[in-house]
Amino acid sequence: MTSLLLNGAATQVAAAPETRLSAALRDECGLTGTKVGCDAGDCGACTVLLDGAQVCACLVPLAQAEGRAVTTVEGLAATPQGAALQAAFHSHGAAQCGICTPGMLMAATELLAATPNPDEAQVQAALGGVLCRCTGYRAIIKAVLTLSTAAPPPPGAVGDSIPRLDGLPKLDGSERFGADDAPADALWLRPIRSPHAHARFSIGDASHLPARLLTAADIPGRNGFGIYPDIKDQAVFAEGLARYRGDCVAALVGERAAVEAVRWEDLPITWQELPPLTAATAPGAAPLHPRWPDNILTTGRLRSGETAPPAAHTAQGQWTTGFVEHAYIEPEAGWAERHGDTIHVHGCTQAPYMDRDEVAAVLGIPLDNVRIIPSACGGGFGGKLDVSFQPMVAVAAWLTGRPVRAVWSRGESLASSTKRHPASIHATAACDAAGRLTSFEFTADYDTGAYASWGPTVAGRVPVHCMGPYRVPYVRSQARAVLTNNPPSGAFRGFGVPQAAIAQEMLWDQLADATGLDRLEFRVLNALREGDTTNTGQHLRHSVGLVECLEALRPHWHTLRAQRRTTGRLRGGVGVACMWYGIGNTGMPNPSTMRLTLAPDGRLTFHNGAVDIGQGSTTVLAQIAAEALGLPVSALHMVLYDTALTADAGKTSASRQTFVSGRAAQAAGAALRGEILRRANAGPDARLTLSDGTLRVNNEPLRLDTTLEGTGSYDPPTVPLDADGQGIPYATYGFAAQLAALEVDLDLGTIHLQKIVAAHDVGRAINPLLVRGQVEGGIAQGIGLALMEEYLPGRTENLHDYLIPTIGDVPDIETILIEAREPLGPFGAKGIGEPALVPTAPAILSAIRDATGATLRRVPALPHRVLEAIRGH
Amino acid sequence: MDAYLRPRTLDHALALLAATPGCQLLAGGTDVFPARTGAEVWLHRDARPLLDLSGIASLHGINETPAGWRIGALANWAQLCATPLPPAFDGLKQAARQVGGAQVQNRGTIIGNLCNASPAADGAPPLLTLDAQMELTGPAGPRVLPLAAFLQGNRRTALAPGEIASALLIPAPPPGARAGFLKLGARSHLVISIAMVAGVVTLEGGMVRHVRLAVGACSATAQRLPLAEAALLNAPPDPARLRPEHLAALAPIDDVRASAAYRRHAALVLLQRLVERLA
Ligand SMILES: Cc1cc2nc3c(=O)[nH]c(=O)nc-3n(C[C@@H](O)[C@@H](O)[C@H](O)COP(=O)(O)OP(=O)(O)OC[C@H]3O[C@@H](n4cnc5c(N)ncnc54)[C@H](O)[C@@H]3O)c2cc1C
Ligand code: FES
Ligand code: FES
Repeated sequence: MTSLLLNGAATQVAAAPETRLSAALRDECGLTGTKVGCDAGDCGACTVLLDGAQVCACLVPLAQAEGRAVTTVEGLAATPQGAALQAAFHSHGAAQCGICTPGMLMAATELLAATPNPDEAQVQAALGGVLCRCTGYRAIIKAVLTLSTAAPPPPGAVGDSIPRLDGLPKLDGSERFGADDAPADALWLRPIRSPHAHARFSIGDASHLPARLLTAADIPGRNGFGIYPDIKDQAVFAEGLARYRGDCVAALVGERAAVEAVRWEDLPITWQELPPLTAATAPGAAPLHPRWPDNILTTGRLRSGETAPPAAHTAQGQWTTGFVEHAYIEPEAGWAERHGDTIHVHGCTQAPYMDRDEVAAVLGIPLDNVRIIPSACGGGFGGKLDVSFQPMVAVAAWLTGRPVRAVWSRGESLASSTKRHPASIHATAACDAAGRLTSFEFTADYDTGAYASWGPTVAGRVPVHCMGPYRVPYVRSQARAVLTNNPPSGAFRGFGVPQAAIAQEMLWDQLADATGLDRLEFRVLNALREGDTTNTGQHLRHSVGLVECLEALRPHWHTLRAQRRTTGRLRGGVGVACMWYGIGNTGMPNPSTMRLTLAPDGRLTFHNGAVDIGQGSTTVLAQIAAEALGLPVSALHMVLYDTALTADAGKTSASRQTFVSGRAAQAAGAALRGEILRRANAGPDARLTLSDGTLRVNNEPLRLDTTLEGTGSYDPPTVPLDADGQGIPYATYGFAAQLAALEVDLDLGTIHLQKIVAAHDVGRAINPLLVRGQVEGGIAQGIGLALMEEYLPGRTENLHDYLIPTIGDVPDIETILIEAREPLGPFGAKGIGEPALVPTAPAILSAIRDATGATLRRVPALPHRVLEAIRGH
Repeated sequence: MDAYLRPRTLDHALALLAATPGCQLLAGGTDVFPARTGAEVWLHRDARPLLDLSGIASLHGINETPAGWRIGALANWAQLCATPLPPAFDGLKQAARQVGGAQVQNRGTIIGNLCNASPAADGAPPLLTLDAQMELTGPAGPRVLPLAAFLQGNRRTALAPGEIASALLIPAPPPGARAGFLKLGARSHLVISIAMVAGVVTLEGGMVRHVRLAVGACSATAQRLPLAEAALLNAPPDPARLRPEHLAALAPIDDVRASAAYRRHAALVLLQRLVERLA
């Protein structure tokens, strides 16, 4: 027994003395507000106070807490300062997915106890040990610095910055993520993964193990999953051949202690290592899968323009990028339970309807017998679109009849999950003497790893985006997704476009210099405008706000350029880059359906199947639905994403939820409004109110005998691309331009970011607070891509070797929202999730070039690479 | 055998250590637990029993002694920063503020950092420049070893079986000595050093009268640089006196954080900047 003073109450904890405090709090005391993101001190999600000092609970043996005061997020609201901090986080949008929030709050509490009025440097030092992957930290810093809750939030009309409607549970530890709510009697599942990038294996008799070993032979249905309906190439449990380090070959299932007792050497698995194919398209390489004999998964192409106009200047270059990990702070986790001939799967996901389809096929049961109940999702960014634990826990629960849970460790998450595709790009561009672009040619190989995952999507999206949002009369582009024995590359914020944008924007800088044009004006000159036709042959009639974005940046550009240091060993540079991003799937249907109901008792319910992974769709869609209906957002009750309760809203990906599901929500609101007005026989401008269970139309109560319903669906109009990449791949595009100001240490090659100014055309900001949060979070990930993130299988399988930006790595960000209304979008809105990330890395590389004259050819621009580039220049 | 032991006295700890061969010593746990987590990813479990030193009152504290300073085995980075110490300790304090984040500084011990013997241990260079000595206590009593002799290689120390590192002993620094520490990493917080340097310098009449310089993360253990020190001694503190050949003893490696050539170059740049700062 260990005695502690837990959140002020004397508490006895029965766990073994060496149990980590994080585990004791979660498993023994039921305080799951303390999160576990790494179990290694690297993420800070488990931060609690021990006698007032912040510590990583995952590094404290329970016995060391004996007789001491332990404060967790659950104990925070009891103090005025804790409550004020929670309120400040809420009103500043400092919690997005919320998985880092308990740790942030506890770190801030330690600071404020000693330093009630800290400055920004003190906030950074105090919170530097907690990683956040969603917010870009700026809102967190602001919340700690200001504390005081500002004026009461606006009512929540479209355009109002209201705090997230699902925000409060993220602040007091009550939110339930994938690892937080499994039944106490659940069995544990532990995957067994290949430590080799390529190996044959055989599994012998496992009856000596204290836990059951599930293998391919145990899969009742199809032993395969994958994003595309016709490509189910990744096995739940590989059959005799492991194709990457991390490939799952079997899983232990049993009581937790039994599963945890099994060691590697106990496993009846024999391995025969094979040489791995690690470089894309080694000539003569054996095929990874018989279906793709040359290891080319897909090739995407675009041909536009017959001949290039005469050019005065050309520029060309090669760029390579590495694997980038999503590094959501919540590792994959969830559980399944069998109910008769139905299976329920709970846990974190971005795509419940796809999960349902995969689980049904793997179990060999009808779709209707699978229910996916997403938990809160502690970040996704594309990495929780593919299934992970879902088919495994479903199979185990199906076979054992017991609830079965699984929680990936950080190392396992890193080794097994999808990554951003490494790209190897060659591009050539030309312009005339006046600086007008004449041609752009682009070929790239994207390393898609061992399985298809989203490889075809990347190969499809890149050729149509790679010339950027510019008028280019002649384009030839090609992107191939190439199979290797690397981790599967999948969907990651931008689907290959951020890599391509690096090449495109670096070439523009070279051409601007060659023509003697200012780099920003070069982009203004060439920018797409309303009325232009894209290289896919799409006529852009509306909502092309790029020139406005650049014009909004222009004064900042001149100021920052004038301020930069041009002598000495710290050399200033300012960079600029633009992007466009097609909202929704590429030339493919991606419908969404939303539903509103009004019961006779006046209960108004919004049935919303779009998963909020922290980006804010629950709030934004409610604002849209309420506005279309004509009632305040506070009148809505929510039924959120559950395949048994909500209609299919599609995946939370491709920046599509605000645009596609938003249109559906708007239509649902309008439909219910229409029903109401019909019953009340009222005109279109009638005023609705709802109070005390009574709906009033123009102040007249409306009695209902049945539930009224409004359903709305939307599928953006697109035309599939032909072999030359011609068609209407997206109904609308987001546009953006960003500036990065930084200093380069010429002797060390280190980069110090000073400021980022981001101008984004979002069509309409339904909730500016949340849009800014997306921009800041996207920029932080862009900084990581540019400067530090590089996943190397077997070498960076933890969060101290795989570096993501910390609170000190994200500079001041100024966000300018441009609203070039999109008539198709809900109240004019487009999307923002991915666009924010795309221009950041090229803007940073542009600034490094401005400071030093050196063009980086490889990201991340680690100090030794920057120095090499400076010296080679 | 218990998986976990938490004695209250050093004698009891030594007895348990003798009776429990193969157990692992535990202080703040900021190296021990992450290593166990890493192994568990691939089902390799560290089954060594833990001998937790944290309950031993005599190992706490940072105290002035007639000969200088004594840093107890359980003193952590945050306590070090909060202790008033002569300016010669400024480099060590600057290192302390850059070890991990506040959570790690509140828990991790200085001695644990040395016993863990990572080539990138931020405590090693400043302590080498303070001429620190390790006090190792075994069944036969304490022995004292210079830190440079204690650090034997990557994850290798001179700690003998049955011994516990009980304190760091730091001789009184030369009067007027100033000190500094510079760390280079690929992000601002929570970062393992690509290279780091520490220095203690005493100036008299514009001339360097005492100087100790050390570099970490550029060889299997952090090293003092006698050639570089000699180049500065009895001369004005001019960074240009430091030359690449003074760093010839370093043996940096290529890894995920940087190339060997870069490390060698960066170490010189950092040393020059440190000298400039201390001048
Ligand atoms: C997120 C994170 C960031 C970090 N960042 C840095 C960094 O920037 N720079 C850096 O240098 N380090 C860093 N570290 C490691 C640093 O925290 C440790 O080296 C710490 O100082 C070790 O002290 P501890 O008390 O936690 O040691 P423990 O983990 O308890 O022990 C470490 C080792 O020393 C042994 N040991 C401990 N005490 C004794 C003793 N008295 N006698 C003999 N053997 C002993 C243990 O058996 C073990 O092998 C980081 C760690 C984490 C988790
Ligand atoms: S879980 Fe403890 S630091 Fe990540
Ligand atoms: S809000 Fe910080 S990790 Fe999601």
